[in-house]
Amino acid sequence: MSGGFPAAAREELRNAQLRRNLRKATTTIRAKRASVIAEVDNWEALRDAGAELKQRALADLDKHLEQLERSVTTAGGTVHWARDGTEANAIVVDLVRATGATEAIKVKSMATDEIALNDALAAAGITAHETDLAELIVQLGDDRQSHILVPAIHRNRAEIRELFRAHLPGTEDLTDEPAALAEAARRYLRQKFLTTPVGISGANFAVAETGTVGVVESEGNGRMCTTLPHTLITVMGIEKVLPRFDDVATMLALLPRSSTGERMNPYTSLWTGVTPGDGPREFHLVLLDAGRSATLADPVGRDALRCIRCSACLNVCPVYERVGGHAYDSTYPGPIGAILTPQLHELNEGTTLPWASSLCGACYEVCPVKIDIPQILVHLRGRVVRERGGPAGERLAMEALARVFAHRRRYEAAQRAARVASLPLSRDGRIERRLPGPMRGWLAVRDLPVPPRESFRDWWVRERG
Amino acid sequence: MAPGVRAALFITCVTDTLFPHTGRATVELLERLGCDVAFPREQTCCGQMHANSGYQEQAIPLVRRFVRAFSDADHDAIVCPSGSCAAMVHDQYPRLAELAGDPGLARAVAEIAPRVFELSLFLTEALGVEDVGAYYPHTVTYHPTCHSLRLERVGDAPLRLLRAVRGIDLVELDDATTCCGFGGTFAIKNADTSAAMLADKLACIQRTGAEICTAVDNSCLLHIGGGLSRQRSGVRAVHLAEILASTEQAA
Repeated sequence: MSGGFPAAAREELRNAQLRRNLRKATTTIRAKRASVIAEVDNWEALRDAGAELKQRALADLDKHLEQLERSVTTAGGTVHWARDGTEANAIVVDLVRATGATEAIKVKSMATDEIALNDALAAAGITAHETDLAELIVQLGDDRQSHILVPAIHRNRAEIRELFRAHLPGTEDLTDEPAALAEAARRYLRQKFLTTPVGISGANFAVAETGTVGVVESEGNGRMCTTLPHTLITVMGIEKVLPRFDDVATMLALLPRSSTGERMNPYTSLWTGVTPGDGPREFHLVLLDAGRSATLADPVGRDALRCIRCSACLNVCPVYERVGGHAYDSTYPGPIGAILTPQLHELNEGTTLPWASSLCGACYEVCPVKIDIPQILVHLRGRVVRERGGPAGERLAMEALARVFAHRRRYEAAQRAARVASLPLSRDGRIERRLPGPMRGWLAVRDLPVPPRESFRDWWVRERG
Repeated sequence: MAPGVRAALFITCVTDTLFPHTGRATVELLERLGCDVAFPREQTCCGQMHANSGYQEQAIPLVRRFVRAFSDADHDAIVCPSGSCAAMVHDQYPRLAELAGDPGLARAVAEIAPRVFELSLFLTEALGVEDVGAYYPHTVTYHPTCHSLRLERVGDAPLRLLRAVRGIDLVELDDATTCCGFGGTFAIKNADTSAAMLADKLACIQRTGAEICTAVDNSCLLHIGGGLSRQRSGVRAVHLAEILASTEQAA
């Protein structure tokens, strides 16, 4: 994407339907979250505990991962290590091929979206069926997800009815009632659950101590995917490891309230390896690095790896609410995407994202693991400018301004020069029209005052000097 | 802190250059409350624009300059009519000193930061006043700016000051704590998104029926006021200091 975030956002901002859908959805979920957070007395202490727990897990990540491998293996599962998406995709394709299956059912997973697993499976002749309702909507529409928790937040129910009528058999008379839409999806998915021998999932966490893997969800479709197939393959980013089983309790206290605004989510599936006669006969855990180790090397930026994918930061972000998820051109949109995406790509992609924020700080206020997103945004802006170079014109302007601010006399001369330069454009002390140049965007919708004849300091010197 | 306190003004480059009347109002207000006001003339810009735009290295000399300008002055407190610029000192200066790898600068920042006050916090916490003797017979709505709210944690200090103003009709702003879309260079680099955020903020302001929108940051008011002016809305943006400085005599 050549113009990066600003150009993509410009396109999305024109979409009146999207703006309305997003405003409605984020307003609703913000209110739900606020009400369930308000009823927890020790919410701030819980956030501290969550932050401390993830910090501890990341500090000794290598040890926890090795312990996780031992625990999973002992419980009858197999652990695979993938340095990047290509390796992870190859591992999953080989595992599915080994079963002889040509279809797989999938529970919603950010990690597999990040590595474009569905495309890799399709290239190998394997059809992946997304079973999360919103993911199904995205897949049927050959669309991209636009929210971590609500991937089809940009779609309304009338659009969903049209998609279902076009793709799901026996839905000619479908209405756009939510219950009717859910029923149509249920009928379609039930048949997939009962006939597909391979399940692919992501994971909300895996416990090093016990080898237990967990998926937290609302629909129960994830439960189907992780229990019905003969073979279960889970792809998980390495940062999701938790040291102890007790840590799950902290996560479950923080996650549902922050994400869906519920006290507890309807379905929490935990499994430890395989159990003869119950559930999958084979379990594979693919541990994905894909930029996480590199992110861990940045002492400020690494805090982004604490993220538990709740999406509270998206729902409160005034930028996200207006541009939606697609403008970020990333699996991870919103404030967390703006700090995670460029780091996972080692600043080779997503380099306009750290600027996709007014630094208002609403994200940090709600983050259940206290990621100081504004601070990391500012830090990454600095890294991008230093390591990739800022736009030439901007750099020159910033350096010139730094020289002006470095000396009082230069600064005072510049104040006078600014007035002299803007006077010819002034009407009643304001610049009221569009002009080319760096102030183009500002003047498109705002007037700009001309510096008054006497600055504050000139007044001070005249009166008090 | 009792009246008679010596207050050094950290005026900010935006107010110094574009809104000198806010600066004069701040001086008037502080002197009316018995403060002895000084203006260390060596101050220029605190460096926030550089630091927040990715040019931290260029901001470091401005941190040094700030520390120099205010360490010489003979004062009890450094008072700033901007939540954002005060937060720059509290929140970012320690990080910039660390980035500079200069323990001396870090110590100087740690010494100076506790003396820096955003204006409404200086009045309510350091001076312990809410009624500053102001008279302002206008309908006013208050926009809590993000950095004053989330970094300086002013809470309802500006509202308490406004409620004590005689003649004022204070009306509540919907979605008040949502960012107005300024964000410094964000307004230039992501001009379209900034404009969309501004449009929603202006709609909320218009709905209040107020004639004036006030805040504790002239940078946000430059953006909000610029939008109100472009729309010929008949609503003005006025800094809190100007409202608090107004008296019956002046009116």
